[in-house]
Amino acid sequence: MSGSAVLLQFLNGLSGASALFLVAAGLSLIFGVTRIVNFAHGSLYMLGMYLAVWLSARIGFWASVPLAAALVAAGGAAVEMLLLRRIYKAPELFQLLATFAVVLLVKDLALWAWGPEDTLGPRAPGFAGAVEIAGRAFPQYDLLLIGLGPLVFLLLYLLLTKTRWGILVRAATQDREMVGALGVNQKLLFTAVFMLGAGLAGLGGALVIPREPASLEIDLAVVSDAFVVVVVGGLGSIPGAFLAALLIGEIKAFCIGLGYSKITLAVEFIVMAVVLVLRPWGLLGRPQAAMRGPAALEAPLDPPSGRAVAALLALFAGLAAIPAFTTGYTLVLLTDVLVFALFAASLHFMMGPGGMASFGHAAYFGLGAYGAGVLLLRLAAPMELALALAPLFALAGALVFGWFCVRLSGVYLAMLTLAFAQIAWSIAFQWDAVTGGSNGLIGVWPAAWLASKTAFYYAALLVCAAALALLWRLVFSPFGYALRASRDSALRAEAIGIPVRAVQWAAFCVAGLFAGLAGALFAFSKGSISPETLSVPRSVEGLVMVLLGGVQTLTGPVWGAALFTWLEDSVSRGFEYWRAAIGGVILLLVLAFPRGVAGFVRERIAR
Amino acid sequence: MLEVSGLNAGYGRAQVLFDIALEARRGEVVALLGRNGAGKSTTLKAIMGLVPPLSGEVRFEGTRIDGREPHEIARLGLGYVPEDRRIFTDLTVAENLAVGRQPARADAPQWSTEHLLALFPALSRMLDRSGGRMSGGEQQMLCIARTLAGNPKAILLDEPSEGLAPLVVEQMAGVILELKRAGVTVLLAEQSARFTGRVADRGYTLEKGELLPA
Ligand SMILES: Nc1ncnc2c1ncn2[C@@H]1O[C@H](COP(=O)(O)OP(=O)(O)OP(=O)(O)O)[C@@H](O)[C@H]1O
Ligand SMILES: [Mg+2]
Repeated sequence: MSGSAVLLQFLNGLSGASALFLVAAGLSLIFGVTRIVNFAHGSLYMLGMYLAVWLSARIGFWASVPLAAALVAAGGAAVEMLLLRRIYKAPELFQLLATFAVVLLVKDLALWAWGPEDTLGPRAPGFAGAVEIAGRAFPQYDLLLIGLGPLVFLLLYLLLTKTRWGILVRAATQDREMVGALGVNQKLLFTAVFMLGAGLAGLGGALVIPREPASLEIDLAVVSDAFVVVVVGGLGSIPGAFLAALLIGEIKAFCIGLGYSKITLAVEFIVMAVVLVLRPWGLLGRPQAAMRGPAALEAPLDPPSGRAVAALLALFAGLAAIPAFTTGYTLVLLTDVLVFALFAASLHFMMGPGGMASFGHAAYFGLGAYGAGVLLLRLAAPMELALALAPLFALAGALVFGWFCVRLSGVYLAMLTLAFAQIAWSIAFQWDAVTGGSNGLIGVWPAAWLASKTAFYYAALLVCAAALALLWRLVFSPFGYALRASRDSALRAEAIGIPVRAVQWAAFCVAGLFAGLAGALFAFSKGSISPETLSVPRSVEGLVMVLLGGVQTLTGPVWGAALFTWLEDSVSRGFEYWRAAIGGVILLLVLAFPRGVAGFVRERIAR
Repeated sequence: MLEVSGLNAGYGRAQVLFDIALEARRGEVVALLGRNGAGKSTTLKAIMGLVPPLSGEVRFEGTRIDGREPHEIARLGLGYVPEDRRIFTDLTVAENLAVGRQPARADAPQWSTEHLLALFPALSRMLDRSGGRMSGGEQQMLCIARTLAGNPKAILLDEPSEGLAPLVVEQMAGVILELKRAGVTVLLAEQSARFTGRVADRGYTLEKGELLPA
């Protein structure tokens, strides 16, 4: 690379960093004060893009930018007041679920309002040309962006350090209960912070329309970028977000510039993994203070009673009898339910008894699926062997990723799982020779004796039931008790001789192994595997299933998986806005049962 | 000024307080004594709305405050100084005071910043220092000053002498007497009667969540 090329890539990196910083700063502020991980932040950015494109055709580009930001800010305030305000006391993951429902709703709102096609914005009047820098053309508009990032950073810095409101925000980031006891209305503060954060996301979106088209896929892409920046910088730290945005913007620009485009998809996640391992709280972050207020103690999980076991056996018998009545589509749907029940139960094993939430559990599902495909197609293994060995691929992944993950806890652990899932995804997406790249693998069919729907259904039923029984048995084994002790009090568990990290690592691996089994079954039931099998939405689906059913119940994930799979199937057929429908249902559930469906039922029974 | 009657409260399914009734009249310093885990902090938190009462009444100047939000209670002029200090360690001393600041009240003593620094001279030398780089005694002083910045009519003080050097405990006693002189009503939770005996007008004793008969 010549000197001028380096300079140009450097500038490219700076302009990319600016937009990234705007989104990440908002996300970080919101997390700092409300402790909500706002999955919908990328959706607010997307909304800013669409609104700016639409408005600039009417009132011109420059007027559309602030207006779009203001509209998104107002939308953010509405979301906070109508939704989040009701669930601040709910478990952390439930809040996450609610913001994910907003993602689905906003996506369909944009689809309805602006259609499925990508829409290109206008060029910025006055900044449409290019300037010559070191003998090369560089867009004027990108220079403007380079200046805007630091400007917004400066304004935010002044706001947070020189105004009373900013001081309150910083105080609330540390101890919001105390701020309330000193006479500050937290509700107003939260709404204002959410509004500011949303406005920044909207502004970021509006500002990039001269460079990038607005598209419906941008939401999750942006929010995962922003997560990375926020986590690398340190949750809640604005200077940290600025530094991390610069770092990641530059690294990305140089990867593209040097022609390593393959690594670009994963490079930010690799950076995040490295940073989290070296500095678990991010570059400028601090260890998260323990949450104030009455602690949410988990009620001990009782082993299933004789009656519950009998009910499960009856259910199994009932499921085994179904092919006598129907051999049609119902069997396909039920096979899906079984596979996802196992997937959700494996995630639940690490989340419930293990206390480790994963945002990237699809990685292990996908590793199992690809393992099966690769064994069958590339290594010509018989199907039965492929099914038996495929989970070992997931186990191998869990061994490696888990070793890093159990060194962290809470949101940081969850983010690191997301990072690893993203790395696994980008490998699957690009390694054409083995994984088939973006096309995936086709022709992953079961052996002849399992080829019929009925036969495969029986196979899935047997495998899943046996795996679930084993998983549940494990919860009440000495290993399971050690795991729960580690979750409830790591210090006390250490003190009585439980090797906490090893136990959690083992649980991580168990969860990965069983997810891999589910993934392998899934591959054979569909006959094909695509990179979507281990994408972020699949991970989120797993979370939704577990949370719908209830984290601190044993069989909850199975019901959650059944409900979700059925819901998705019945609304996605022939209804264009199925995402919004699912989002709406999730919101209703979250608002009606802020302590989880299972928690609600348990409270009712206890009364 | 502050009346509590029939108060029951706890955490989740565990009830900690049983039928608490107490009173602090205007200008009084009232002690709330009890051993480790007796429920002193829980009583103060329940009055402040930080732990929602299960039943019972809390009145501040005749107004019911049970079931209200903590910030509303603070805005009525009831200040709270928590037991584990909880100052904002990322903020400077001056910023900590700014968070506690509320408009002046006609019927309560006013604590301007100069006033507060006169009461706690140690703080005046470190206005720009971050809360995390202060000694325990300095943090405790900042914590009280922060609450006083809200110009309260009454304050709930949770073990202000805990873990402090004898000299600083001495200063603390002086501060409480100063508050009394200024006309602030004080409800003071402490483990030992040695400290409260010197500053309190009278006291209650808690045992396992119940008040002992006087
Ligand atoms: N957040 C909480 N969740 C559950 N139980 C709690 C919580 N805080 C206190 N308790 C319990 O409530 C009881 C009373 O505690 P409290 O803190 O009110 O006592 P205290 O008199 O202030 O004691 P200390 O002198 O140690 O400060 C104790 O048994 C304690 O274990
Ligand atoms: Mg106490």
